[in-house]
Amino acid sequence: MPKILIPTPLRQYAGGAKEVEVAGATVGEALAELMTGHESLRKHLYSDEGRLRSFVNVYLNDEDIRFLDREATAVGEGDTLSIVPSIAGGRGA
Amino acid sequence: MSGGAGLSAEEIRRYSRHLIMPEVGMEGQLKLKQAKVLLVGTGGLGSPMALYLAAAGVGTLGLVDFDVVDESNLQRQVIHGTKDLGKKKIDSAVETLEDLNPHIRLVRHEAPLTSANALEIVGQYDIVADGTDNFPTRYLVNDACVLLGKPNVYGSIFRFEGQASVFATEDGPCYRCVYPEPPPPGLVPSCAEGGVLGILPGVIGLIQATEVVKLILGQGETLQGRLMLYDALAMKFRELKLRRDPACPPGEPCTRIKGLIDYQEFCGVPKQAAAVEEVTALEVKARLDRGERFQFIDVREVHEHQICRIEGARLMPLGELPGRLGELDAEGEVVVHCKSGIRSAKAAALLREHGFRRVVNLKGGILAWSDEVDPKVPKY
Repeated sequence: MPKILIPTPLRQYAGGAKEVEVAGATVGEALAELMTGHESLRKHLYSDEGRLRSFVNVYLNDEDIRFLDREATAVGEGDTLSIVPSIAGGRGA
Repeated sequence: MSGGAGLSAEEIRRYSRHLIMPEVGMEGQLKLKQAKVLLVGTGGLGSPMALYLAAAGVGTLGLVDFDVVDESNLQRQVIHGTKDLGKKKIDSAVETLEDLNPHIRLVRHEAPLTSANALEIVGQYDIVADGTDNFPTRYLVNDACVLLGKPNVYGSIFRFEGQASVFATEDGPCYRCVYPEPPPPGLVPSCAEGGVLGILPGVIGLIQATEVVKLILGQGETLQGRLMLYDALAMKFRELKLRRDPACPPGEPCTRIKGLIDYQEFCGVPKQAAAVEEVTALEVKARLDRGERFQFIDVREVHEHQICRIEGARLMPLGELPGRLGELDAEGEVVVHCKSGIRSAKAAALLREHGFRRVVNLKGGILAWSDEVDPKVPKY
């Protein structure tokens, strides 16, 4: 089963989990499995039109899925999916 | 030898640990001296960058900042000290850096970077290091760097996690290749709301400073095409591949960025704060004293509530609010507050979306309460 790493800003919508193992043969299926039971996570990952949001990147191991088969990219045992949202912090208001 | 393109005897003593390294040497140290680096922000990331780049002998450092030093900055913005409270950050930073290295030139840009001045300012430098804290300025910095062909050394932080990369080099990706669009306001919390481990910007800022020095020296492999992720809690570094947008062949002008735009609008920042009615802390206090009945809700997090609270306010953290609306009376009046008034404005907007008619935001949050009503409530 692939593993999904959840970044700090999104953990609050995923029951606080840092990483979860999910079923699914593709990236899309794995993300769908992750969102099952965590409905509030959906609006952070997907737009109302059901597209993966453009400020949230998903990597299969170290490769951006936009340069693979996007959500149809096959995943398997031992793979790690990383969700990497854009964060703006730095100067600290 | 002194002045000109060379190093003075004093500088040679100062930089001796660089000069004896083959990767730097006299040639590299002179490159550092001739380099012009713009630091956008002198806060969490800008502090370590400025300190180490000044110490390393980067000849010209431009500083962009228009903020003043606040007590809550000192947990991580180490270029400023307690004696600098209330001072302009740019003055405090220049004072520290002048003491650290009198052989460098410091240039003050005491204004926010905007679409009107960015090209003119960035154009004066070789490399830009981004230490900003908001999406509009990040896209502005990136776009100005792409248009002018200047490398953009990127770093960003949130709580215990940081990111760093090098964007906008001649054939590498830029910030927009990675994140074509910013998140809509409200979907991603800022450091002011989410908090940040004070040490984290030190680590990320010094990764940025390292990349700046490598770019100047032309040594090593930079983070071009790689996103470095750092998790302080796990003490793990990970690295992801970044690719240039296939629509932008190397050497060709960027297809997305034609010129600078209105970045506030691009990032969906409302031109005026959403028209939620506001009330001052003094008014709320007076109404509580008169025994008026209203639902008074604190939308901060549990750990903030443990630091301080306003008597009579009920804690319902912003993230829990959507699931707890049933606990509130939509017909009755609701006064919301948070730390500074930003999250409570979001809470007010959310309540109104759910049919609450009388929602009022406590202006300035518990910080204003401490200033105007009860100084015994500590500010954090």
